[in-house]
Amino acid sequence: MNEFTHVVTQVLVAVFQVAAVAVGGALLLGLMRKVRSRLEGRVGAPIHQPLLDLRKLFAKQRTRPQDSSWVFGAGPVVLVATVVAVTAVSPLVTAHPPLGQSSDFFAVVFVLLLGSVLLALSALDTGTAFGGMGSSRSMTIGALCEPALLVAILAMAIAARTSNLPALVRIGLNHPAVIASPARILALASFLVVILAESGRLPVDNPSTHLELTMIHEAMVLEYSGADLGLITLGESMRLVFLLGLFVNLFVPWGVANRPGALFFSVGLLALIAKVAAVGTTIAVFEVFTAKMRLFRLPELLAGGFVLALLGAVTAVVAR
Amino acid sequence: MNEVYVVTIGLAGVMAAILGGALPASSRVGAAVALTWVSCGAGIAAAVAVLSSGHVISLSTSAILPLTGVTLVLNPLGALFVISISVVALASTLYWLGYASHGLATRNASCALPLFVTSMLFVPFAASVATFLVLWEMMALASLVLVLTDQSRREAARSAAQWYAVMTHAGAAAILIALVLLSAHSGGQTFADIEAHARHLSGAVRGTIFVLALLGFGSKAGAVPLHVWLPKAHAEAPGPASALMSGAMVNLGIYGIILVGNELLGGGPVWWWLLVSVLGVVSALYGALYAATSTDLKRLLAYSTTDNMGLVLIALGASGLFGAVGRPTTAAIAMVAALLLLVNHSVFKGALFLAAGAVQVATGTRDLDRLGGLMRRMPVTGVVFFVGALSVAALPPFNGFVGEWLLFQGLLHGLPTSNTSVVISVAVAVAALALTGGLTVVAFVKATGIGFLGRGRSVEATEAHEAAITMRLGAAALATLCLVLGLVPMLVLPAIERAAASAGRANATSATSGWISLHLIGLRGVLAPSLLAGGLAIAVLVVIVIRRLTHRRGHAWPAVNPVEPWGSGRKLQTARMQYTATSFAEPLQRVFDDVIRPSRDLDVSHFVESRYYIERIVFHTSNDDLIERQFYRPCIAGVRWWGQRARRLQNGSVHRYLAFGFVALVIVLVVVA
Repeated sequence: MNEFTHVVTQVLVAVFQVAAVAVGGALLLGLMRKVRSRLEGRVGAPIHQPLLDLRKLFAKQRTRPQDSSWVFGAGPVVLVATVVAVTAVSPLVTAHPPLGQSSDFFAVVFVLLLGSVLLALSALDTGTAFGGMGSSRSMTIGALCEPALLVAILAMAIAARTSNLPALVRIGLNHPAVIASPARILALASFLVVILAESGRLPVDNPSTHLELTMIHEAMVLEYSGADLGLITLGESMRLVFLLGLFVNLFVPWGVANRPGALFFSVGLLALIAKVAAVGTTIAVFEVFTAKMRLFRLPELLAGGFVLALLGAVTAVVAR
Repeated sequence: MNEVYVVTIGLAGVMAAILGGALPASSRVGAAVALTWVSCGAGIAAAVAVLSSGHVISLSTSAILPLTGVTLVLNPLGALFVISISVVALASTLYWLGYASHGLATRNASCALPLFVTSMLFVPFAASVATFLVLWEMMALASLVLVLTDQSRREAARSAAQWYAVMTHAGAAAILIALVLLSAHSGGQTFADIEAHARHLSGAVRGTIFVLALLGFGSKAGAVPLHVWLPKAHAEAPGPASALMSGAMVNLGIYGIILVGNELLGGGPVWWWLLVSVLGVVSALYGALYAATSTDLKRLLAYSTTDNMGLVLIALGASGLFGAVGRPTTAAIAMVAALLLLVNHSVFKGALFLAAGAVQVATGTRDLDRLGGLMRRMPVTGVVFFVGALSVAALPPFNGFVGEWLLFQGLLHGLPTSNTSVVISVAVAVAALALTGGLTVVAFVKATGIGFLGRGRSVEATEAHEAAITMRLGAAALATLCLVLGLVPMLVLPAIERAAASAGRANATSATSGWISLHLIGLRGVLAPSLLAGGLAIAVLVVIVIRRLTHRRGHAWPAVNPVEPWGSGRKLQTARMQYTATSFAEPLQRVFDDVIRPSRDLDVSHFVESRYYIERIVFHTSNDDLIERQFYRPCIAGVRWWGQRARRLQNGSVHRYLAFGFVALVIVLVVVA
């Protein structure tokens, strides 16, 4: 019976984390847009506008280009599913997520990559020039992000002697000195660069662009409509919240539920909301003052991220 | 019992080759395939017997090779290779039944293919220098005949075979010198004798032997800069032969390095393994970069083979490094990772080459810029390629991911050591691994997306037909294995650990544990591939149900409306307006311009009447292999030049030739005296 309650609790925790990230994703988008429009002197749409947009999209009919195959329909589904799967087992609200023992940082990165690859493939499946353009650009950026991301994980994992995500968060709680170590700081700086690039924010990609030739992410999803477009918007916003949530919990883990119980859990949720909202607002403010970089200047930015991560890894080894 | 296995493999294989060469066209392929299957089946049975009991199979007879005799021993390491070769061979020969009508039913091909499979099956058995070299040569020659299959129709096949012949024999020469040196210094030519004596040799001799073996076997494994034959030969060989070459033969190059480095010489100092790691890093990056920019489907796969062998070499080098600095646990993990990467590579690269062969048969081209839309025309082949592409890109839930994860864990846990060169090389290896991973993803999104998705770019592609049933079955079997090994890698891990233990990592038998989640013993690392996949599957189902539930009743059926693509409101979009493989790789090519240095040729001609109107633009771009262009071509030109000079000596006069002979004899006598 005890076993049974344990399983039920774990499933509930997983569902709760996913639901929080799904709603939080839409609200974060709304918040970032609101901050942006306020700073630009506009009133802006209400913060819950993305939720209304999603409701509208899910009510509309889906279309698909006549020459596309099953991959086109699979893209949005797999994108959302990958984010849902990693959200369920990652230390976002609680430092003891379900299946926490096997929640590995490398595995999480590769599962998310599966979603990006499927989306890039479905963009090519549309058979249009814009689909191919967006797919090619996003894959190029993804390939250049990879070294920075994996070496950043390596740098954090050397100090903790494991790449297990909950363990990486808990070591910050138990030994705050680890967070202040140069290895962790450099690695997280590089991680932030990768988050901005992977989720198509400025200065890598402009999420509110209206000119197709400058698009990266938006060019890939031009052919989607209705529920499929809703799923993509949902998946992308969930991914942003997931990555930012991971980032804040690795950087400032305080508040995350370290013990079972509803009280710790609600504190964990509130802390996560506060931390992600703070980082999101900062990014939005930063975006107001930044222009999009030229595509071919991006390797410099990502190489910078990589060098930070490599320095982090080297200091981690030296410091031991 | 031992004799039964060995005799069955040998007899069935040789009979297959003889019947394939002798029977009439109607029955030769069927007979050859059936007997090759018997041979592979016996190979698997022998290998399973060795791996489950831990006892070696050994057999020696002086009846076959005069003077030296044949010595055959199958240890767990060899058994692992026999299994992976057999699996690829079973699938490829099944595929051959359907492929045969496309120019692979000739006497030559039907004789060479079984011979190729049989000699590959026997290479891991070889346990003496003479036996090994004979089998190695048989394997090379049989595959050479297969590369030449299309030579009457394509000039490229002849040139590829030439490159292959030269490179494989240069490699064989290096291996010959290494093995002869070994046996000369240890006073016996069986591997058991050599193993007993090799530890007492001087460091310089051991180093020379290892470097020679690394060069020789590295050229077979396609390590940069000895890889030049690979993109040519693997691309030109017909479907089943290229799957066998890339999925099985290339692995034997790695087998050779493990055989000489870990088994015969019993490990070595740090610099050996640094050399192996550097070779691995260079091969992985170079292969991945060229795979990402290639536009020829099979050339892309061949470069990706170089990339994968680079990863295996990185793992092997890391294992040696950790062993040399006294970290046995991570050394064992890295060795297990190397072997798992090899096994996975056999399976997914076999599937990819079989699918690519089916595409070539259906459309008559391998040029990605002329393909497209094949997922709808050839659904099974398309799915096989899709699965293979996700596996090679190391994406869960397919098998490539588990191998790379294990390699990352090995590197991560081995990093904190006091040896600075090890620290630096491991950090660089992780970065190279990551960049390679990213480039591989680009290469295979390109191959799948441009080749199989979207709209057909040529008449051949829009009118392609699905391959024959046996071809689909053979390729699909390997694709299924990709998924199975991705979900339950524990099926092969015990065998791999036994093999790693016999390759000098005695503690590897307890490297991992667990049936649902994979635990690294002694380290903090857990991966649950089946739970991961299960979670993903549940999430997919939930999302589909949500999408279905939100579909409004009032809306028209079907739920998804097929329409003309919107394309931001552009009208009359044609298939030619899609991105091609060239344009897909263009941003990446620009980023790595200094490394690839592609040649571009832009020719704009104007109308005579007015300079303001352009009549035609001819744009030509090619990215030939940089190393071939910068190193091999000048070398060949140099040899040609010397050849021309040497021809002056030949003027047809017999008297002159007799004089040369006399002078040479006198010089030899003087020197000897």
